[in-house]
Amino acid sequence: MTIEFEQHIDPTLIPILEEVSDPEIPVLSIMDMGVVRSALFKDSIAQITITPTYSGCPAMDVIGDDIINAFAKANIKAKVSLVLSPAWTTDWITPRGRKALEKYGIAAPLDEEADKEALLGGKKIVKCPQCGSTNTKMISQFGSTACKALFKCNDCLEPFDYFKCLK
Amino acid sequence: MEDKNKIQYIYGIADNALILGQRLSELCGHGPNLETDIAMTNMALDLLGQTRSYYQYVAQLSGEGKTEDDIAFLRIEREYKNVLLVEQPNTHFGYVIVRQFFFDIFHLLLLEKLQNSEDDTLAAIAKKSIKEVSYHQRFSSDWIKRLGDGTEESHQKVQEAVNHLWEYTDELFHSTDDDKIAVENKVGVNTLDLKEKYYQKLREVLEEATLDIPETKWFKKGGKQGVHTEYMGYLLADLQYMQRTYPNMKW
Repeated sequence: MTIEFEQHIDPTLIPILEEVSDPEIPVLSIMDMGVVRSALFKDSIAQITITPTYSGCPAMDVIGDDIINAFAKANIKAKVSLVLSPAWTTDWITPRGRKALEKYGIAAPLDEEADKEALLGGKKIVKCPQCGSTNTKMISQFGSTACKALFKCNDCLEPFDYFKCLK
Repeated sequence: MEDKNKIQYIYGIADNALILGQRLSELCGHGPNLETDIAMTNMALDLLGQTRSYYQYVAQLSGEGKTEDDIAFLRIEREYKNVLLVEQPNTHFGYVIVRQFFFDIFHLLLLEKLQNSEDDTLAAIAKKSIKEVSYHQRFSSDWIKRLGDGTEESHQKVQEAVNHLWEYTDELFHSTDDDKIAVENKVGVNTLDLKEKYYQKLREVLEEATLDIPETKWFKKGGKQGVHTEYMGYLLADLQYMQRTYPNMKW
């Protein structure tokens, strides 16, 4: 997997950025989510560029504020700006981020083809993050947030969220 | 291309997203079941998010100290350039789904072309939106089939909605003068090129849903010129109420 924006991140800023998480998925840092496009010092101000997951995602405003606060704690002034292009994709979630999602109870996104089959063809391929069974059923293509679909496990009977593939 | 023409061209796209987003938002807490309720509001959120990107760009182009909020909340009815289809009211669920379906098919075709616009910002917004609108189209197409090929009552209701809303579909392919300028400058999309594919896609899904395709040759128009149906005023009253009552209020 290539993450093209990695080179634009000043390594000294990474520890601070890793403290900031998605308010709706607190186990996932914004670094692991892959929304930080660049982070560089310019005129002693940390210039952070992030990209939205979904256009209307209300978490983006909160993430922007959280970044500024996290840097303020380290006595660094930060400025956050938003870029749309290139558009965020679920491929940018890091392997560590995917593990964190599963542990938190959210099934990580499948690849594009498998995602289509899971959401349209009714193929049982999404794995229940609770018991590991693939005997699962889609309840709704739209879940508790814009990025998720709602599933149910037919074996352990638990409902769970599936992070939709976005490519 | 002059900014004033470009702004009008963007309104023609963005206002569809705003007004349909507003209509879907009205369903929050009123969906027929929890899952569809959440789906509608998810789609509303996507559309309003897209609208924000467009309006932020317009605000930047107009350079009069305007904000995205001014554009969304403080224009008068004639200044909104959405098609009549998206302002039609939420009568029943089948009607909402047909309205959504008729728009989603068009929306996706439009964005697929708009992503090649020579205007970088519009291309970026289109690329981002395609991913979201693909989900909308899946949702509305699935429901068309489910309702059309469902019970006798669902079939009848959705057929009536198809017959009624069909006459709003042709307007999607009308071009204003600003649209033409945008196309000439390779900023905009010539929607006439999408028409054949649009009706072909509509037919495929409707046939699978065992629904009849209306034969009317008479179509309604006006929204793109700012001349709206009577429903628009009520919608805007609801949309603009807070900013009109408490000017410049913030959350």
